[in-house]
Amino acid sequence: MSARDDALTRAEIEPERYELFAGPSYRFEIPRRDFLKTVGAGLVVVLLLRDDEALALQESGRRGGGRGGSLPPDVAAWLHVGADGTITVHTGKAEVGQDIRTSLSQAVADEIRAPIESIRMVMGDTALVPYDMGTFGSRTTPSMSSYLRSVAAAAREAMIDLAAARLEADRAGLVAENGRVADAKTNRSLGYGEITRGEKIVKTIEDAPDATAPENWTIAGKPARKVNGRAIVTGAEPFVADVKRDGLLVGKILRPPVAGAALVSADTSGVAAMPGVTVVRDGDFVGVAAPDEPLAEKAILTIRAEWKTESGADSRGLFEWLKKNADDSRGRGGFGGSSRREEGSVEKGLAEADLRFENAYTVATIAHVPLEPRAAVAEWEGEKLTVWTGTQRPFGVRSELSSAFSIPDESVRVILPATGSGYGGKHTGEAAIEAARLARAAKKPVRVAWTRAEEFAFAYFRPAALIEVKCGVKKDGTITAWEYVNWNSGSSAIETPYDVANASVRFQPTKNPVRQGSYRALAATANHFARETQMNEMARAIGADPYDFRMKNTRDARLTGVLAAAAERFGWTSRKDGDGRGSGLACGFDKGGYVATCAEVEVDKSSGRLRVVRAVTAFECGAIVNPAHLESQVEGGVIMGLGGALFEAVEFESGRILNASLSGYRVPRFSDVPRLETVLVERKDIPSAGAGETPIVAIAPAIGDAVFAAAGVRLRSMPLAPRGVEIPKAEKPGEGG
Amino acid sequence: MPMSTIELRLNGERRTIDVDPARPLLGVLRDVLGLTGTKYGCGEAQCGACTVLVDGTPMRSCVLPASAVAGKTVKTIEGIAEKDRLHPLQEAFLACDAMQCGYCTSGMIVSGVALLERTPNPTPDAIVRFMDGNVCRCGTYPRIVAAIQQAALAMRGGAK
Repeated sequence: MSARDDALTRAEIEPERYELFAGPSYRFEIPRRDFLKTVGAGLVVVLLLRDDEALALQESGRRGGGRGGSLPPDVAAWLHVGADGTITVHTGKAEVGQDIRTSLSQAVADEIRAPIESIRMVMGDTALVPYDMGTFGSRTTPSMSSYLRSVAAAAREAMIDLAAARLEADRAGLVAENGRVADAKTNRSLGYGEITRGEKIVKTIEDAPDATAPENWTIAGKPARKVNGRAIVTGAEPFVADVKRDGLLVGKILRPPVAGAALVSADTSGVAAMPGVTVVRDGDFVGVAAPDEPLAEKAILTIRAEWKTESGADSRGLFEWLKKNADDSRGRGGFGGSSRREEGSVEKGLAEADLRFENAYTVATIAHVPLEPRAAVAEWEGEKLTVWTGTQRPFGVRSELSSAFSIPDESVRVILPATGSGYGGKHTGEAAIEAARLARAAKKPVRVAWTRAEEFAFAYFRPAALIEVKCGVKKDGTITAWEYVNWNSGSSAIETPYDVANASVRFQPTKNPVRQGSYRALAATANHFARETQMNEMARAIGADPYDFRMKNTRDARLTGVLAAAAERFGWTSRKDGDGRGSGLACGFDKGGYVATCAEVEVDKSSGRLRVVRAVTAFECGAIVNPAHLESQVEGGVIMGLGGALFEAVEFESGRILNASLSGYRVPRFSDVPRLETVLVERKDIPSAGAGETPIVAIAPAIGDAVFAAAGVRLRSMPLAPRGVEIPKAEKPGEGG
Repeated sequence: MPMSTIELRLNGERRTIDVDPARPLLGVLRDVLGLTGTKYGCGEAQCGACTVLVDGTPMRSCVLPASAVAGKTVKTIEGIAEKDRLHPLQEAFLACDAMQCGYCTSGMIVSGVALLERTPNPTPDAIVRFMDGNVCRCGTYPRIVAAIQQAALAMRGGAK
């Protein structure tokens, strides 16, 4: 299967991206020739989607949030080589810190044979880039990278064709290199900018020449510095709230005590006396726009409002609540609906087992906490709206805006400045809609930048999980039965990669206790935590080494490959467990990436204090595009995973968030980071997959098993030990009984 | 709102501003003075994204009233490089790829510069202790520690 076919079949939105169930939208087509009129002289190469791809996108768009807009709908990607040799590449993907601006530049530079400095990526501007569903699901590297390679390869071949004519040379003797086409025989050469001679030459391609094989990459495959790094280290890189517009106002929104509360009454008369302040009340929306922030804050405080709230769920007792609130109504064409796989008979399998287990695992609700809270700047020009905002789905936000204001998609332009990351938490356009609503009333551009408290209380969370496992194992290490139910969190990586003849695996959706949505790796973290912890428990119960137990039960060479690599670097066989020290491991895969983590911990037996001393993670996602940034993604994923593993948890009462601040919600800091080692396992024979998500999944179960090895306590809830490990009394030294 | 006239030395230049003296310095820097390199992250001095140097001491500008810098010297991320010449720590951040989304970077560099001015040769433990109030949610911590060590070496005249 080609990378394009793969991209097509996986263009579906995953079942647990709850926030993406947007209503239907419209589709407006712009003829291709009109779009090309807007492009300057030079070479333009447009890669068209094949008919089947266009259809698939259209259908997913109908479900997932619309398409259509300023570009023809059948464009997959396009680039332009200008008279000065600058190569401008247009893609709908969004840079949110995962460094795809750099890795995609590398892929283009490699294929077109030009220096990386000559590449300019235009990303996430809905007026300029082809439609894209969004940057999530680790899809950029496998799909967009291959589109861009195709366009760049076609551009390179076109440059050679044109140069052959210009130089009146034999095409076969021409070589493209370093942004030039050279004739080795005559020693003459032409720069890419010169070759087009001020003409506009357009090439439309559907099937591109073969992309360069990874073993022949010259720019990709090696470390490359972040292309916009200098602007970042000098503070010059504009993020959303840094966007400057003439007459820009500052907007503030009146927030209810609980997200989703209904407005009963609002007295905004206090604002009327404040010059220059606009107040808007529209349905449940109440907001103000003022010339500066202090005035906007003062204005919002004068408003008296009454809200009607429904009683909601509590984080205390949440898992009983989930079990009482199964909800299959979310179905809608399979998205978000329940799933079930049955094989053999679990009952029979359990009967055959020497040892049987029945356990419940829980994972708390956690928050993304992107360091840049949601923000947007909105500006109207008549009925046309431009919004600058940070999102992983610029076209999705455009649809939200067009439907909120009942205007066509083409009237809305969404532009992404630098985004202070998302981790799956910025798929939606709340701040964009708020800023646009205020800007329309004030008739001036408005900035809405959420506070940290707003980001905690009014964005969405990673869903909590209750996972119930029933399983059985024979003393020889054969797993005879595996019954697995995930309540609420989702079905990513729900399947076990281990051999078992009798299995029942089920995802049971529930009512949402709080607003839930995507998160780095989705439910793969919860599913790995439960499964890998249970694997470790079975292994230790039959006296097997957790490493050997896995090797016996899987034949997936990519999985055993990362496990062996991590164990070797860690020194698994020479580990020393006991006396408050212990080591554990876990592994798994999702979205084309394979991961294994070995962790070593220290547990203070009197205080229960848990410290992660060291973690080694091996990761493999096929051919490596940029080893430096890949290592950074893996390390960052592991560190983010540490937060959820050790202490992160959102507390709420009747839906109201109780710890909506960085002092109330702990995230990993410098001092939380153990000695980290990353082993990048490369498979040049496998197309590159993304790496932003999967490295996060193995750290929690690895730490959990290390705690068991150190202190004999089996932890089955994430976070594992926010207040230290509770050591059973009898084991405390000096308290023997 | 009561306004005050505040004089300060900002990134090497004398500035006089009329502001509400109680307004946090962060908003004054960003919206009044147009220096947007300093970022808002939490509003309660917990994340360090808004760090600036006040008379050489790293301070969280999100909780610092504008009146507190009257007559003081303030340096923001925009004042760390000397014209086009980057500070060795900025060079080291680039060389070590010590950033992912880049939102925490201004605060990290300003805090790191303060550390290096106090402690020219910090141990990794000293770096972790000094920098623990700065959050990088992307988890770039090991690279930031490496960048500070590399800058320290360069500033002592060692090989870059």
